[in-house]
Amino acid sequence: MTTTVGRYIGQSVKRREDPRLLTGHGRYVDDVQDAGTLHVAFVRSNVARGRITELDVSEARALPGVEAVYTADDLNPMIQQYWASMMGPRIEMGGESVYPPVSVLAPGDVRYVGDPIALVIATSRYIAEDAADLVVVDVEPQRPVLGLREPITNTDLVHPETDSNVSQTMPLPEIPEIEALFANAPHVVTRTFAGARATNVPMEPRGLTVHYDRYRNEMLIRAATQSVHEIKAFAARLTGVPESNVRAVADDVGGGFGQKMMVMREEAAVIMAAFKLGSSPVKWIEDRRENLMASNQARSEEGDLTFAVDAEGHIMAVKCNFFEEVGAYPPSAGATAMLAIGVFTGPYKIPIIIPGCTAVYTNTVGKSAYRGPWALETIFREQMMDHVAREIGMDPIEFRRINIIQPDDLPFKTATEMTLENITPSETLEQVVEMLDVDSFRAEQARAKAEGRLLGLGIGGYVEPSAIAFGVLNSDPAVMTMDVSGKVQVRLGTGSHGHSIETTIAQVVATHLGCDIDDVAVIQGDTATSPMGPGTGGSRTAVIAGGAAQTASIEMREKLVRIAAQLLEASPDDLEVNGGVVSVKGTPQAAIPFAQLAMTAHMAPDMLPEGMGPGLEVIARYRPPTEFTWSNATHGCVVEVDRETGMVDIKRYIVSEDCGQMINPMVVEGQIAGGVAQGIGGVLFEDMAYDSDGNPLATTFLDYLLPSAPEMPDFEYGHVESMSNTLGGYKGMGEGGAIASPPAVANAINDALAQIGVPALTRFPFGPSQIIDAINAG
Amino acid sequence: MSETISNVTVTITVNGRQRDVTCEPRKLLSDVIREELVLTGTHVGCEHGACGACTVLVDGAAVRSCLLFAAQMDGAEITTVEGIANPDGSLSDVQEAMRDNHGLQCGFCTPGFVITLTAFLRDHTDPTDDEIREAISGNLCRCTGYHGIVNAARQVCGRANGGES
Ligand code: FES
Ligand code: FES
Repeated sequence: MTTTVGRYIGQSVKRREDPRLLTGHGRYVDDVQDAGTLHVAFVRSNVARGRITELDVSEARALPGVEAVYTADDLNPMIQQYWASMMGPRIEMGGESVYPPVSVLAPGDVRYVGDPIALVIATSRYIAEDAADLVVVDVEPQRPVLGLREPITNTDLVHPETDSNVSQTMPLPEIPEIEALFANAPHVVTRTFAGARATNVPMEPRGLTVHYDRYRNEMLIRAATQSVHEIKAFAARLTGVPESNVRAVADDVGGGFGQKMMVMREEAAVIMAAFKLGSSPVKWIEDRRENLMASNQARSEEGDLTFAVDAEGHIMAVKCNFFEEVGAYPPSAGATAMLAIGVFTGPYKIPIIIPGCTAVYTNTVGKSAYRGPWALETIFREQMMDHVAREIGMDPIEFRRINIIQPDDLPFKTATEMTLENITPSETLEQVVEMLDVDSFRAEQARAKAEGRLLGLGIGGYVEPSAIAFGVLNSDPAVMTMDVSGKVQVRLGTGSHGHSIETTIAQVVATHLGCDIDDVAVIQGDTATSPMGPGTGGSRTAVIAGGAAQTASIEMREKLVRIAAQLLEASPDDLEVNGGVVSVKGTPQAAIPFAQLAMTAHMAPDMLPEGMGPGLEVIARYRPPTEFTWSNATHGCVVEVDRETGMVDIKRYIVSEDCGQMINPMVVEGQIAGGVAQGIGGVLFEDMAYDSDGNPLATTFLDYLLPSAPEMPDFEYGHVESMSNTLGGYKGMGEGGAIASPPAVANAINDALAQIGVPALTRFPFGPSQIIDAINAG
Repeated sequence: MSETISNVTVTITVNGRQRDVTCEPRKLLSDVIREELVLTGTHVGCEHGACGACTVLVDGAAVRSCLLFAAQMDGAEITTVEGIANPDGSLSDVQEAMRDNHGLQCGFCTPGFVITLTAFLRDHTDPTDDEIREAISGNLCRCTGYHGIVNAARQVCGRANGGES
């Protein structure tokens, strides 16, 4: 079957999601206000590590309007199983994934500030919060376990149930031949880079309503989630309610960026509480303080990098050793760096990589996915490319050119045994260089410097392992039905939370089925109507769900063509499909609209071709041919650094992206822009810092600074479209904007500062105070 | 404590209709709009006046409803995002421009931007780019990077977009 790019694929079709969202008619989880709903507030620890010496909920329980107050003893013992489909069963169960010890409420001791100790259920959130204030908690504080490296040897343990704070490690090997190579290399450069702890900050915080009906043994969950099937399966395992009796629904979801992919502890606690209560719907809507203080975080990572480079500038070998903290209760406790290492070589021909990594538990909020969970590889490597270039006296663009994978190198087997194919890193690099007009920029930079102004230019490139397709992520389904009227519904296992899936999948279906886009309804976000799929995340939906929708559309079209051939007494090969009509090629008057074919299929089965059953349903599932569908991009950025204030002004921001066949360029560019803004924020503003007692220092938007409109530039886009080997030629691109932007911005700032001899910064954030300190020290 | 507080009743005009609302005096305007008036388009993104998702028009001015108590609103005229579309239900210029320029993704911040831009562009017919960006600086969006939103404002003022193809 050949791919046809028709009327809709490749067009910036306006979004069908927009009218309801623009007029206030979205349906987010908190918008559903069923009568009799009860509301949850958590009592949380304000100590990072300590023993609970007193916990008295009697006064809270006595408050009128309070339905129940639960503590660890009420809920933890009832938990059946605690593991995520995406990661698989726990090691103790014979699985391969590392998880923290099981608890939904603090089990006698607290392990981070924000650790939920008790859960109050009341007739309104106001009363629930009043009651939470009445819970008496006394904690005897202990010295918290903090940092990325110190916990490795610290004998104080975050989890007394474990024998070490190390959750997962792969020690950096020492190989004599490699040591000799480094000892004799013409250039050896070593740096340590650090990320700043960041958090996803979906504008809609987390939230869910759980209604367990003990008489039916049924559970209905409405959640702000990226994956209804994950929370459904998780709730079933947690409570022991048969999975077939659990239904999960997500209508509109206000962003996630990874934070709503896996079920987190509070959500599990609410599920357990509703299960124990067994009657009314129980709703918890996270407030912003909770979201910033206790919703999962990321990017607290460091990397020790050493590059060996030959006299011409070819990278000979790299060592990379990553350190990261996973906090106390991450949804899974494995080292993110495991995946990062696999793709560390990025768009470059790096023949040898010696990797290591260590993840530690700390008395902080758990780590989970944040747009490009493995991004540390690009963030550190792309900064390193500039550091090395500067140290060996080469232009950073030239250094990249010397090492970048060229078209002739493809397919390219990396040092980590990944096969890169259908990528265009040198093309996107050259497109950015051209759009930046680097030569004129350098002249402008020199002029500016003469006036006392500091301009800088930075590049960041990456190859993204998009559409990860193993484990539960291996495939996506599409169930297509055509009504008697000839309109189609396609049901997906996806979970749009800003991704425009209702529009883009309709474009795919309308193109491949050959009908008007308004005749296609896209249904997702309800386990009762949607087939099992892993949800939306990991830059997968266009590639894998798109492939499933395409497969279903083509099968449906073939079926319609066969029916039409029968009715028209023509050969299927002589027919074509357009605008919801099947007609004889060259004889447009010999035509039958979908509605008539559908009526035949549903109401006159005896008129169908020999062997064809009644009805019009197609069940399709698409599994990409490879575990990763590679996409790539290069980012280029121009900044001005104010040497008096340390403020950074982003003057230009350019992205050249290859995400294969674009379904909707407007949506692609929107995804890039949003990701880049998050990446810029992670360098310049966002810092979820903790003090030495383990107190989070940024629990409001006045302390945790998100990028706002005045700090953001107009983005400029270049596109290279090379087809992937997946069905539609698509490549995932939802995360890339956030992956390549941090090093591009960092490199631009360091390029500006280098002009006045300031040594390059290596630890995020590069905020005004850090920049001023560097200028003063330099 | 809640049992000792007696409710208050205020009369508010909401999206052109006069409504009597009875609630606890401590109840935030944002919560009353969402729960008592069941106008759930007004979103709560922070409850501390920093994100702008809860922005509504009070007597024509864009204000944050999470920073007000409903009890203070007696006699006020309030417009929420549900009251912005044209009387025939078609999108307003601001809403249409947001759609044309992909000024929204998840849509959670969107009601706040629609209200803020509606008030700003009513009062400023030819703002500079910097003025547009400043006008929406109190509204946070995590999805769009603001480019589409700025382009929407430019479109309403009849100006060409910057950068986006
Ligand atoms: S909810 Fe009111 S400003 Fe954020
Ligand atoms: S569109 Fe999602 S926060 Fe703005």
